[in-house]
Amino acid sequence: MDRKIRVLVAKPGLDGHDRGAKVIAASLRDAGMEVIYTGLHQTPERIAEAAIQEDADIVAVSILSGAHMTLLPRILRLLREKGAGDMHVIVGGVIPADDAEALRRQGVGEVFGPGTPTAAIADYIRGWVERSHAGS
Amino acid sequence: MSREQRTREHPAAPGAASDHLARAEERWETTRQEHSRDRDGEIFTTISGREVDHLYTPRDTAAGDYLEDLGFPGEYPFTRGVRYNMYRGRLWTMRQFAGFGNARDTNGRFHFLLDRGQTGLSVAFDFPTLLGYDSDHARSEGEVGRCGVAVDSLADMEVLFDGIPLDKVSTSMTINGPAAVIFAFYLAVAEKQGVPFSALRGTIQNDILKEYIAQKMWCFPPRPSMKVITDILAFSTTEVPQWNTISISGYHIREAGSTAAQELAFTLANGFAYVEAGIAAGLDVDAFAPRLSFFFNSHLDFFEEIAKFRAARRIWARTMRGKYGAKKKESWLLRFHTQTAGCSLTAQQPENNIVRTAFQALAGVLGGTQSLHTNSMDETLALPTEKAVQIALRTQQVIAHETGVANTMDPLGGSYFVEAMTDRIEREAEDYFRRIGEKGGVIPALEEGFFQREIADASYRYQLEIEDRRRVIVGVNEYVVEEDPIEILKIEPKVETNQIGSLQALRARRDGRLVEKRLGELAAACTSGANVMPPILEATRAYATLGEIVGTMKKVFGEYVEPAMF
Repeated sequence: MDRKIRVLVAKPGLDGHDRGAKVIAASLRDAGMEVIYTGLHQTPERIAEAAIQEDADIVAVSILSGAHMTLLPRILRLLREKGAGDMHVIVGGVIPADDAEALRRQGVGEVFGPGTPTAAIADYIRGWVERSHAGS
Repeated sequence: MSREQRTREHPAAPGAASDHLARAEERWETTRQEHSRDRDGEIFTTISGREVDHLYTPRDTAAGDYLEDLGFPGEYPFTRGVRYNMYRGRLWTMRQFAGFGNARDTNGRFHFLLDRGQTGLSVAFDFPTLLGYDSDHARSEGEVGRCGVAVDSLADMEVLFDGIPLDKVSTSMTINGPAAVIFAFYLAVAEKQGVPFSALRGTIQNDILKEYIAQKMWCFPPRPSMKVITDILAFSTTEVPQWNTISISGYHIREAGSTAAQELAFTLANGFAYVEAGIAAGLDVDAFAPRLSFFFNSHLDFFEEIAKFRAARRIWARTMRGKYGAKKKESWLLRFHTQTAGCSLTAQQPENNIVRTAFQALAGVLGGTQSLHTNSMDETLALPTEKAVQIALRTQQVIAHETGVANTMDPLGGSYFVEAMTDRIEREAEDYFRRIGEKGGVIPALEEGFFQREIADASYRYQLEIEDRRRVIVGVNEYVVEEDPIEILKIEPKVETNQIGSLQALRARRDGRLVEKRLGELAAACTSGANVMPPILEATRAYATLGEIVGTMKKVFGEYVEPAMF
């Protein structure tokens, strides 16, 4: 691969719980990826814009507020509308099992719950990037 | 810390007896090393990453002076507790944090908890409320009633406390950015119930500094926020004298990933910053300091937590008396609420969380807490079900009535290990006070991201320990099983539409011109520097909404954007 994998770590909505997002950002950085962190309280619009501006491969959304069924479909739709439907959106946080299933159906790549080892997330991202490059 | 360092810092009193002991200990240490080795691959540090020795002896505590460092419960420096009779006089307040959906839903949960023997209320607000947005604000979409109860105006507050006599029940409200407004809503409910302000007991969290450091729920930038807080201090001292005006909170600092010593140090540093702000605003320290209270986390490392609580009392007492010249005993007392560590709960095998919470609650009690919230087993997944909350409350009742630990005061006082740990954590906190001082105080330090970085680094270190399996978390990186999901509480989307409907109905039926007038008076007070509490209370009585009041203040005070870092 000729460039580092670029990951936008995003905190949408009003949620202030940023421990997970920061740990993930640091661990993906240490796994050799280029990580951009949006900071807190971002709107879906700002996240989609930042993802495009930063030319992210992966948009890693952290959400523990329960507003995932409102915010995530909107991020997915905005990315599609802006011609970035190929960006891969993954989610971490407190997401009940049936909501996770619904989000996958809508195009979220994977949902990572509490206790997921950060290495598993890095492996997932590498695997996805390899597959998507092999396919293109 | 190694044995050698500790011995240097705590030289044993000279004398034949101590020489004898030193020689005996040395002999035992050599023998121990000959006879056994530590388990491979695991670390023997505290959860905060601090070394723990194999054994503690009188040599570890020999430098201390009993009366000066420990004293008696109810007496300076309060290391052993703030009351003369501790739990034999009165048990801690059992206070479960609760709030979800709309005010009617949460009022139902409050009655459920009071019926089951809870002795105080604690309100959890939803994110829009915590940030000062009305439920129909664009940014509130999808968030209304999700993580707490939605409160838009006095009308919601009236429903929230329906059937709850505010002169009998004490209420704690986790509210910071818009604390002045929610406090005004509560005061206005008391008026409607015919309860005088002077009879009200309870707490508003109102600790904005830790919001910038950890919880991240703010409305205004730090400096105007501090001004509003001193307004609340001044107002309450005369008008609501039994109210705890700030609950200086380490809880969220710890949840964000700090160590025990960071939690202690940053929290007390924030406390000192409020004291200094009050004094700078011309208030007498003994007029407001007695109404400051604290809120700590009780995490998994049992003895480190107990040491932290004991050290907290001693540092606060010494600093309030020595540095700030407080003369009243009540100003020296560090009274605190405890919540067990939400971040220690696991989504895997959630029933195990009942056990974790019980140990953490026990540490809070052995540490001398004044009130306690025990987390429910399902809180990594959702807001708790009634069944889960009842088990959590029962955990406290079992500790109180069945274990016997509440029969005597500070039962771990004098433990070589606990006393050595108390001293150590106190020194660590003092080191942080020095570093914060070098940065010019708490506000400059948080503006440059000092606390945020310290916490992020500590939390990442801890995560790596778990991932490398040097630290075992039962059910997560060891003893893993396949399992079925448990029953969780769901918040229906109709909560949001209903809440918006009642908010808009309120706007239609109230006297809109009076609201405008009251908001204009509030804006004038914000600009002139007058105390904002009286005009907020007037706007509340006219049913101005939270978003309108906070919006008015933001126009004068501005908004805050934190530097994004990891």
